[in-house]
Amino acid sequence: MSNSVRHVPRDQLVETVAELRDEGYVSVLDVTAVDYLEHPGRTDLPPEVAPERFELVVTLISHAAPGRTRLRVQVPAGDPTVPTLFDLYPGTEALEREVADMFGIVFEGHPDPSRILMPPDWEGHPLRKDFAVGHIPVQFKATR
Amino acid sequence: MSASEVVAAAASDEAVRRRDHSAVLRIGEDDGERLEAEAGAGDTRMIMNMGPQHPSTHGVLRLMLEMEGETVMRSKPVIGYLHTGMEKTAENLTYLQGPTNVTRMDYASPLFSELAFSLATEALLGLEPPPRATWIRMLMCELNRISSHLLFQATNGMDIGAVSMMIYGWREREEALRLLETITGLRMNHNYIRPGGVAADLPDGWRDQVLGLMDALPPRLDEFDTLLTGQPIYRERLQGVGVINSAECLALGVTGPILRSTGYAWDLRRDMPYLAYDHVDFDVVVGTYGDCFDRYAIRLNEIRESIGILAQILDQMPPGDYRVQDKKVTPPPRARIDESMEALIHHFKIFTEGFKVPAGEVYAAVESPRGELGCYMVSDGSSVPYRMHIRGPSFVNLQTLPHLMQGGMVADAVAIISSVDPIMGEVDR
Repeated sequence: MSNSVRHVPRDQLVETVAELRDEGYVSVLDVTAVDYLEHPGRTDLPPEVAPERFELVVTLISHAAPGRTRLRVQVPAGDPTVPTLFDLYPGTEALEREVADMFGIVFEGHPDPSRILMPPDWEGHPLRKDFAVGHIPVQFKATR
Repeated sequence: MSASEVVAAAASDEAVRRRDHSAVLRIGEDDGERLEAEAGAGDTRMIMNMGPQHPSTHGVLRLMLEMEGETVMRSKPVIGYLHTGMEKTAENLTYLQGPTNVTRMDYASPLFSELAFSLATEALLGLEPPPRATWIRMLMCELNRISSHLLFQATNGMDIGAVSMMIYGWREREEALRLLETITGLRMNHNYIRPGGVAADLPDGWRDQVLGLMDALPPRLDEFDTLLTGQPIYRERLQGVGVINSAECLALGVTGPILRSTGYAWDLRRDMPYLAYDHVDFDVVVGTYGDCFDRYAIRLNEIRESIGILAQILDQMPPGDYRVQDKKVTPPPRARIDESMEALIHHFKIFTEGFKVPAGEVYAAVESPRGELGCYMVSDGSSVPYRMHIRGPSFVNLQTLPHLMQGGMVADAVAIISSVDPIMGEVDR
């Protein structure tokens, strides 16, 4: 039983996943993302990986030699696009739609790039760190 | 212009080919009406809406069905009606408050979300809970698996038209929930499994109560067999309906009873053991045909396996602490607060600012009644998670619906939704 983490450049993601599929990684379990905008300091990246605002996290599982591999992909804020994994693993469709909905990361070549959890006319991407949590302003007597 | 033409017009050749052969209807949520209006006289297909307020959709699942007469051609599950931003909420709750949040995701098997969250937190902390905590967690999870599968028996029976099953399944489930209530204080949303261990030790008389449940359930499961398994109407409704194979399941990332119904034996408890599952002996139940009946039978027999696991847990339950003795993580006992200044400070610190967790990222997974439930957690060294993501098995499993329903009747669609057993709280989070 092994668990490994690999840092993959964005343009090599599809090839890496295709290689892993040939190595016996039968399923993509999870596709998610992290917005590192407000993170105080990232120390877990190897020196050759330049940190970017977004990080796409893809978790694959191998059954023959039980183990999971987690791919971490840096995605810049200025160009938040990633190639879709739909053609390799159709099960990523809903997961990628969720990441697109919540983080505004665009999956190029995705067959259904619509919002999945938020209403279709929603503005903004809720899990971004600069998306303010909605609130009703409280009027304190002292501030009047 | 037919629905498929509209979709085709907006896409590349490759995508068109894929979509035309796909079971998934990929149109916008409110395109149905427009397509209906634009359809020509020769186009007999129509887009039908099912849900989100529909008794057989197990909550608030909406389905767009492309129908040819009464046959479902393509379909699209539309979700998000129960979305409350629980992952965003988690970024404002300390690690001690976190289980209160995640327990509300999969409300039919809440302890599994708590367990995944706690395992992830403990992995970041580098903390090993004491053996008794591990075994209590296993006991609770198996009880919860039983109650969740009993709920499935109830709702599945009701969806198929065996309405009396609803009463029996609910009655048996209540027995299991009563036991969970005795131990945790709550029927659901327990907040019992917490980072470092569990919230409280097992109460006096727990062993007799578990034994009572283990005695009471098997004859009732045999009654289910009599009522359902051998019943021709029930079999007719389920056998050969909603068929999927192992390769399709793996490609779609499906786990749990749906994957096992295809004859593919994969269970994290056996194949990637966590807690102390390598110390108990049980069978991974698999099906043969991957149809609704196999999925029903697997869940029924998994209850029997869980009862077997319970017996082994009773034999092997170790004495000792039920939570880790780390004063930075575990709140002190109430009596200590009156005696010790340090205990009072620890109590105050843990419940106000929480405990700090070293920076890092981790993925922890458990086998929930619905499949692999994973928790991806990123810590920035503070006392709240920087990011907390739950990989809900229902969310991924829901993608099988279009593939299972294609070519079937609307009545089959009801049986299929039921056999996938989605919990919308976990789908939408």
